[in-house]
Amino acid sequence: MSSGDVWILGINMTKFGKHTDKDTVDLAAQAAMAALADGGVTMADMGVLAAGCLMGGGGIAQMIQKQIGQTGIPAYNVSNACATGATALRVVYMSIKSGECDFGLAVGVEKLSGVGLLSGGNRKDDGKTWNRFGRYGAVASTDGRIGTDTMPGVFAQVGMEYAHKYGGADFKLFAQISEKNHAHSTLNPLAAYQKRFTLDEIMNDMMIAYPNTRAMCSANCDGGAAAVLVSDAKLKTLSLEQQRRAVKISASVLTSDPYEEACQVLPDVNTLTRSAAAQAYAKAGIGPEDLDLVELHDCFATAELVHYDNLGLCKPGEAADFFKSGATWRDGSTPVNVSGGLESKGHPIAATGIANVWEVCHHLRGEAGDRQIQGAKVGLAHVIGLGSACGIHILEKSGL
Amino acid sequence: MSSTLPFVHQVPKNACVSEQIPFVEYLHLAPTPHLVAHQCTSCGARFFDRRNACASCFGTSFADADIATEGFVRSFTIVSFAAPGIPVPFVSAIIECDGTSVRGNLTNVTADPEHVSLGMKVRLTTYVVGADDAGTEAVNFAFEPVS
Ligand SMILES: [Zn+2]
Repeated sequence: MSSGDVWILGINMTKFGKHTDKDTVDLAAQAAMAALADGGVTMADMGVLAAGCLMGGGGIAQMIQKQIGQTGIPAYNVSNACATGATALRVVYMSIKSGECDFGLAVGVEKLSGVGLLSGGNRKDDGKTWNRFGRYGAVASTDGRIGTDTMPGVFAQVGMEYAHKYGGADFKLFAQISEKNHAHSTLNPLAAYQKRFTLDEIMNDMMIAYPNTRAMCSANCDGGAAAVLVSDAKLKTLSLEQQRRAVKISASVLTSDPYEEACQVLPDVNTLTRSAAAQAYAKAGIGPEDLDLVELHDCFATAELVHYDNLGLCKPGEAADFFKSGATWRDGSTPVNVSGGLESKGHPIAATGIANVWEVCHHLRGEAGDRQIQGAKVGLAHVIGLGSACGIHILEKSGL
Repeated sequence: MSSTLPFVHQVPKNACVSEQIPFVEYLHLAPTPHLVAHQCTSCGARFFDRRNACASCFGTSFADADIATEGFVRSFTIVSFAAPGIPVPFVSAIIECDGTSVRGNLTNVTADPEHVSLGMKVRLTTYVVGADDAGTEAVNFAFEPVS
């Protein structure tokens, strides 16, 4: 009798960094082929494909099919900001859960090397006379004139709002979070940057949007990630080795932001994450205290702090003290971003929501080498796409 | 609410008074500069842009509501890298004006962490962004510390 669970059978991420000789289709195909091989299956087995490439235009799913195998299966192109990869994964999860198919492939890919600051409206102020445009009837771009649309600035405000509400967090503490993630990255050969920085180096790096210096911002880079999912019933027919390495998806949750008073002026990344976490823990029958590792969306150092609280890793309002206790370092009670996180591993947007699942799976399978969290049985992967979308996956080691 | 702020942006003496228009539609310059939101008549949620239905309660009736011109800084950042043409560094802030959150730049304050603080009291002020070829001046709002 099948439990109805859905499992990750194969998963892969490319090296994150600069891939001058590969385009998005090359990177996606590389990750997809490696994920299929990791699961011991081929495109002939796949019943569904979901793929995303946020900045690369549409049709990435069909382009991947043309590159690695066209079989006529339903192909979904998904776009959900920084939660695009997690959304692709969840589309495949739902297809299998619904009974439509037994196997599916999810892919996320992005090329961002050399892309500068990601901001909102950069409309040029042309025209000889003032003309109103946009939803606020502005006569010129509001970005920089009525607050900031830049991502480092928006997430700086997210962190500073938490600092104002609860105290205990300041420039130094945010920089220390970045220090941790850069230290973790030295053990991850697939990270875009593997350099350890001192706290002084981080605090004295180029200021982008106070309190986020350059080292505290996610690294724009190229990369792809892919996962093959399988139904519980089908997994039972596969080899013992495939069953042993399979990782159970104990919860797959996607939320958007419910209305909150201030969400029109500062995106609320908290409420939807808290809601996703509550749903995920309930579905998995697992609490935050059971997690052996967490990969959370540290697009900026200021963001990581608020998600300690949002994911229930600490008591409400106590994220600063929780961090200061050392809990989130790799030898702490709840290791967070042992991959190096988005700040050093890198953030090829649509790949991120699968790459963080890959990191957790790697540990649950006991295959993480030098950075292995010993005895890891349960992990959580979290992403936030501004706007907003939050994806959370709770993953469990096979009992075999 | 009422505002007692003077109309602070300067018109040069002896220049013929040019026409002024607000930078965004939700800034009203008269009788004194203040922001105006579309307020849901059912639940009171306020929106600076147009909505077909209230994002909070789905009501479809809205009325204009004046926003308080004084408030405090609930969050801020000091932006050092911005779009072309935007002078840096500048302070972007989330201001809580009597229960309504407003986004804006801080002005008349040095843009460094020693001079800007969480919780500091600020008030709305205005400045001229520039004039177009017809001589029409666009007037924007910002917030300045209450001394
Ligand atoms: Zn309403």
